[in-house]
Amino acid sequence: MIDPALGTLAIELAYWQETLIKVGVVAALVPTAALILGYVFLLKMMSFMQSRLGPMDAGPFGILQLVADGAKFLQKEDIFPARADKWVFAMAPIVVLVSTMLVYVLIPVGPDLVGEAVDTGVFLALAVSSISVIGILMAGWSSANKYSLIGGMRAAGQLIAYELPLVLAVVGVVIQAGTLNLQGIVAAQATGEIFGWGGIGSPFILTQFVGFFIFMIAVQAELTQTPFDMPVAESEIVGGYQVEYTGFRFLTFFLAEFGTAFAFAGLAAVLFLGGWWVPGFEIDSPWLNVLGPIVMFIKIMAVSFFIFWFRFTYPRFREDQLQALAWKVLIPLSLANIVVTGVLKVVF
Amino acid sequence: MTAISERRQLAYIAAQASDARVNVELETEGMTLNMGPQHPATHGTLRIVAKLDGEQVIAADPIMGYMHRGYEKLTEVRTYPQVTTLVNRIDWLGSFANEVPFILAAERLMEVEAPPRAQWIRTALFELSRIANISLFLGDMALQLGALTPAFYAFRDREFVLNQIESATGGRFHPNFDRIGGLKDDLPKGWIAETKTAMVKLRDFCDMLETLVTGNEIFEARTRGIGVIPAEVGLSYGLSGANIRASGVDWDLRRDQPVGLAWNEIDWKVWTHPDGDSFARFWVRLQEVRESTKMVDQLLDGLPSGPIMAKVPRIIKVPAGEAWVSTENPLGEMGYYVVSQGDLVPFRVKIRSASFNNVSIVPWVLKGVYVPDIVTILASLYFILGDIDR
Repeated sequence: MIDPALGTLAIELAYWQETLIKVGVVAALVPTAALILGYVFLLKMMSFMQSRLGPMDAGPFGILQLVADGAKFLQKEDIFPARADKWVFAMAPIVVLVSTMLVYVLIPVGPDLVGEAVDTGVFLALAVSSISVIGILMAGWSSANKYSLIGGMRAAGQLIAYELPLVLAVVGVVIQAGTLNLQGIVAAQATGEIFGWGGIGSPFILTQFVGFFIFMIAVQAELTQTPFDMPVAESEIVGGYQVEYTGFRFLTFFLAEFGTAFAFAGLAAVLFLGGWWVPGFEIDSPWLNVLGPIVMFIKIMAVSFFIFWFRFTYPRFREDQLQALAWKVLIPLSLANIVVTGVLKVVF
Repeated sequence: MTAISERRQLAYIAAQASDARVNVELETEGMTLNMGPQHPATHGTLRIVAKLDGEQVIAADPIMGYMHRGYEKLTEVRTYPQVTTLVNRIDWLGSFANEVPFILAAERLMEVEAPPRAQWIRTALFELSRIANISLFLGDMALQLGALTPAFYAFRDREFVLNQIESATGGRFHPNFDRIGGLKDDLPKGWIAETKTAMVKLRDFCDMLETLVTGNEIFEARTRGIGVIPAEVGLSYGLSGANIRASGVDWDLRRDQPVGLAWNEIDWKVWTHPDGDSFARFWVRLQEVRESTKMVDQLLDGLPSGPIMAKVPRIIKVPAGEAWVSTENPLGEMGYYVVSQGDLVPFRVKIRSASFNNVSIVPWVLKGVYVPDIVTILASLYFILGDIDR
């Protein structure tokens, strides 16, 4: 177990310096992550799956396409609908983005590389991620548009419904690890053994595969990605709560969507795939501060691949069908998973 | 006097206010949702005014005419050969099929019959335009349900058919190839072999969609039992084409109403489905595309030799009379009622297009469904705006 207060890097910084660095890193990380996911999956992978080439002209292999798109968004007029509630309308994308950024603070990518190693890390990460519901409701309501309103209401209903399986799926991991601290969960997986063999530790996906399955479905719904994209359903409510947003504010929603996908993939990597630990290293080895981020990045991209693969393949559920899936299937299943995990924990 | 009326007025207001206080918790206010004229699910400019209670539709009205181009009137100032250029653009995805019934009607008035080779090529091109039209529907239906990918496959594979139509007629979208008494040209060299390769690709496309779309649980959950149209209701609203065949009515003008084309000479099957829901409409169309590819193969195998043009005068004057010809177009029954007064131009042309009747059932079928189902039902009814508004 790592004591968060005693890092392996002996760098002394004043509190304000440390905070400034952390804020800067997180603020830079969210758009970068969104751009990476947007380029690799939304632009390129989707194109290849659909027998297209995707962007080719902006930079090598179209790598700068999203930067160009972002620059274009910045030039657009900032339009407020005539009957919009202006303050709420303006605040909504910021609330959503802040909720994303707060998750980044909590995800560890190395023994020392974590914004804040909180003792209730899992709980806090899932709690702050659901702040985005408020932002989406604000956007849906303040736009003074019926499509936005329907989209906002659908989003609220869906996010609340899938918050439960998301949290309950993680409970199994928490029971096994015996801690809510994300660093502790990584350490528990690193020191674990598979039938007495500790070569690769014991990633919780091996024991908590039901939890992982439910977690990924709930993540898909939290991200409002197909097959759970009823709140934005382009073909019917034409973007839902995003209908009236233009330019920079729309860009903020975009960044938040993909940034959150990256963050949830990171959470899945930490909770189920062993996090930043590399087999063969001591858990507090300083080398992991270098290798950890790389390993985490690979794992995050692998998880994101699945998230986006489903997004590009499936049609969408109807609102009542996805509510039924959450309440009638996922929640009972995750409760059963908790019971089984708890019993096995006590027995062994 | 004034005092009494004022007192009455105050009493009335007070009564209203107390009623409002009682009802404020019980009544929910309905919402009117305008879908369209600019909306991705309406394939253009159809407007659906839906009265909603929550997400449930209480009443839905289709409002059409945003794309009315006045073709019936325009035909009256065009000579008969010029009219095909116009009617091409009614159902723009299967445009060759629009020309055929008009030409057949004109031929019937002139008592001309195209030679067999022209009839067979006409039938083959007719079926090609059906494939081009409906294969796009197959992708679009999935797109309306939120699956992006099949739409791109549909566009990709439709291109093989469009290439064949283009190499035979010179036009990808608007061939304008049918002539009174025959066709403009014979088929180019090597076309038959190329078309057969394209038909193999289209059959692969149908197989792929069968696994990718109809085999998908979410697709089934979204379409099975949604938008059920019983056969008698569909018939009374004048539905035609795959929409009515999906309700179990075995009715196909290609088989039931011979108009001289080569359909009766080849071996094929009319597909029906007993359910009448959105899934059935998708499924029937999918089978029809596959059946059409087989029909094209047979037509090209049995293509008779001979001329492609009957003897017609250079300046076409159609003798006075009236004729009605309808055929089974990609979207359903399409017919032309042509009235001639022996002139260079038709006196009156009434166009019966399939989509106009097919969307007339929208208020009936949308009653009581949820907002997401509006989209699937509209997509499965498959209309094209040019075919509604003309």
